[in-house]
Amino acid sequence: MANVKFVSATRVYAKGAPPAVNALDLDVKDGEFMVLVGPSGSGKTTALRMLAGLEPLDGGRVEIGDRDVTFVPPKDRDIAMVFQNYALYPQKTVAENMGFALKMQHVPKDERARRVKEAARLLDLDGQLLDRKPKALSGGQRQRVAMGRAIVREPQVFLMDEPLSNLDAKLRVQTRSQIAELQRRLGVTTVYVTHDQVEAMTMGNRVAVLADGKLQQCDTPRQLYDNPVNQFVAGFIGSPAMNLQTVPLTEGGVRLAGTVIPLPTAVRTAASQAGLRELVLGIRPEHLHLANGAGEIAGEVLLVEELGADALLHVRLADSGNQVVARAEGRKPPAPGQEVTFRVQPDDVFAFHPVTGARLAG
Amino acid sequence: MSASAVPMRAREPGPQRFREMAGNVGWGVLAWVVGIAFFLPVLWMVLTAFKPESAAQTWPPKFIFSPTLSQFRLVFSGWGPFVTHSVIATTVSTLLVLLLGVPAAYALSVHPVPHWRDGLFFFISTKMLPIVAVIGPLYVIALKAHLLDSIWLLIILYTAMNLPLAIWMIRSFMLEVPRELLEAARLDGAGRIREITGVILPVISPGLVSTALICVIFAWNELFLALNLTITNAATMPMFLISSVPQEGLYLAHLSAAAVVASVPVILVGWIAQRSLVRGLSMGAIK
Repeated sequence: MANVKFVSATRVYAKGAPPAVNALDLDVKDGEFMVLVGPSGSGKTTALRMLAGLEPLDGGRVEIGDRDVTFVPPKDRDIAMVFQNYALYPQKTVAENMGFALKMQHVPKDERARRVKEAARLLDLDGQLLDRKPKALSGGQRQRVAMGRAIVREPQVFLMDEPLSNLDAKLRVQTRSQIAELQRRLGVTTVYVTHDQVEAMTMGNRVAVLADGKLQQCDTPRQLYDNPVNQFVAGFIGSPAMNLQTVPLTEGGVRLAGTVIPLPTAVRTAASQAGLRELVLGIRPEHLHLANGAGEIAGEVLLVEELGADALLHVRLADSGNQVVARAEGRKPPAPGQEVTFRVQPDDVFAFHPVTGARLAG
Repeated sequence: MSASAVPMRAREPGPQRFREMAGNVGWGVLAWVVGIAFFLPVLWMVLTAFKPESAAQTWPPKFIFSPTLSQFRLVFSGWGPFVTHSVIATTVSTLLVLLLGVPAAYALSVHPVPHWRDGLFFFISTKMLPIVAVIGPLYVIALKAHLLDSIWLLIILYTAMNLPLAIWMIRSFMLEVPRELLEAARLDGAGRIREITGVILPVISPGLVSTALICVIFAWNELFLALNLTITNAATMPMFLISSVPQEGLYLAHLSAAAVVASVPVILVGWIAQRSLVRGLSMGAIK
């Protein structure tokens, strides 16, 4: 059990190219489940591999348990990794796969067998499977073997590189909760990489959002959702994504769809201090409340996606013609082509700088 | 969900189907003709091996005759030292090739050394030189090293002859090993030797079999070096075949029998290894 620190960690692949990981500063507390999330190319996998020792650092350092491990080979870092494609040794049985690392550490045979059995039990892996080869297993079973291989080592840190991405949707949801529960039970510090923000939000104690190699925000899922620090985080976290519109500033607020959305004084002051004539307005789909003709924001429904419990309305706003997504009750959603109006609470509105994307403080 | 689909026709319209069938039949016939054309000489050779010498000389060739094993008896009475030398030279050289080729391929693929591209090119360039060009120097070196007519000379030369090809083949198989597998082994604490023996070799084993088979074929059938550098103490099977073609007279049946006997071991090895061979040669094709 140990904490993990990235101190100004940098990785550059080609001279002159922008860094894949740009001066990352991240503190993972002992026993914490930290999720690194971001789109492709954000540097999250590179950061994980730097922690694993599979990528060298071009700047900064990495610490595990307050020990500088920047130049320590992977096998000496006391970590275990679960790969995206599981990377199971095809010619070895499940038991041999899980015990391989222990064999390399010269752990005696019966101790190895004991730990393998224990890990299999923890993961609900049937004892019969221990003698099979990976090709005789299903995807879900292989994934659990990959996790078992990591658990058996009893490391200080677990590293997981998108371990659920090769599973079908239903299995993914099931395994997601199993991993989270397992981590809670074992209490091992875990760094988990994913591109799926739903996984990030449901599994992490804290989530670090990366984009273009830079850390955007590291916070609890709730904070990321309620208080995004910039436009990228606001648009990335939450599904369906927050509606982001560039709107002109006007007296008392901003103009949207023929009406004025009021903004707090502090935001308006910040905007005028920055000399802005327009800004990016963010409203989450669930904050656009259908108002049966009494609302201020008017639009025409283009498409209705019925999800059962809710419905997602794709609406073309009057006046500007921009499209937004709104969440509505699933029972009787409006029909396509219908004219609708929405109401929005002033507190539920976010304002971002149109150029830098930074949140204009409210 | 409603599906609107064009109802599938149970049969294609007449003329198109006939054209397709005719096309298939045409290709089939062509394939058979080509196959038979290639196989006919082999068939003739095998048949001739069972003929007495008098029946073997006729033209057109007789397909109906009373088979005899006398030619084979003659072959087996004379082949002893030849087959021994062939087996020793082939197996030892192939083992050496694998022993040297695996680390070499490793150093050129998984953990490339500096200037690995130049190394690779150097290896393949040795095959670009016609063997005839070097037989003179080779003879002199063998003479000075007292290796003429020695089985060790053949072993060394066959190893050198097959090594570049083996390195290229093994390297291509090693490149197919998924990178994540090697990283997992690294994280698990496997050192370099363990990485090769425990992870890489098991994964590429079909490829190793096909490489070994190719080396066996080339070494077994090699004639030029054996002919020029050996005489009795290291004479191989191809030399035995040559000795069946005397200065005077034409003993076709005996030659055919000797050729059949010379080919059988390699065919047998290939047949035993055919599953691995197919897997090995197509390893890169399906990811």
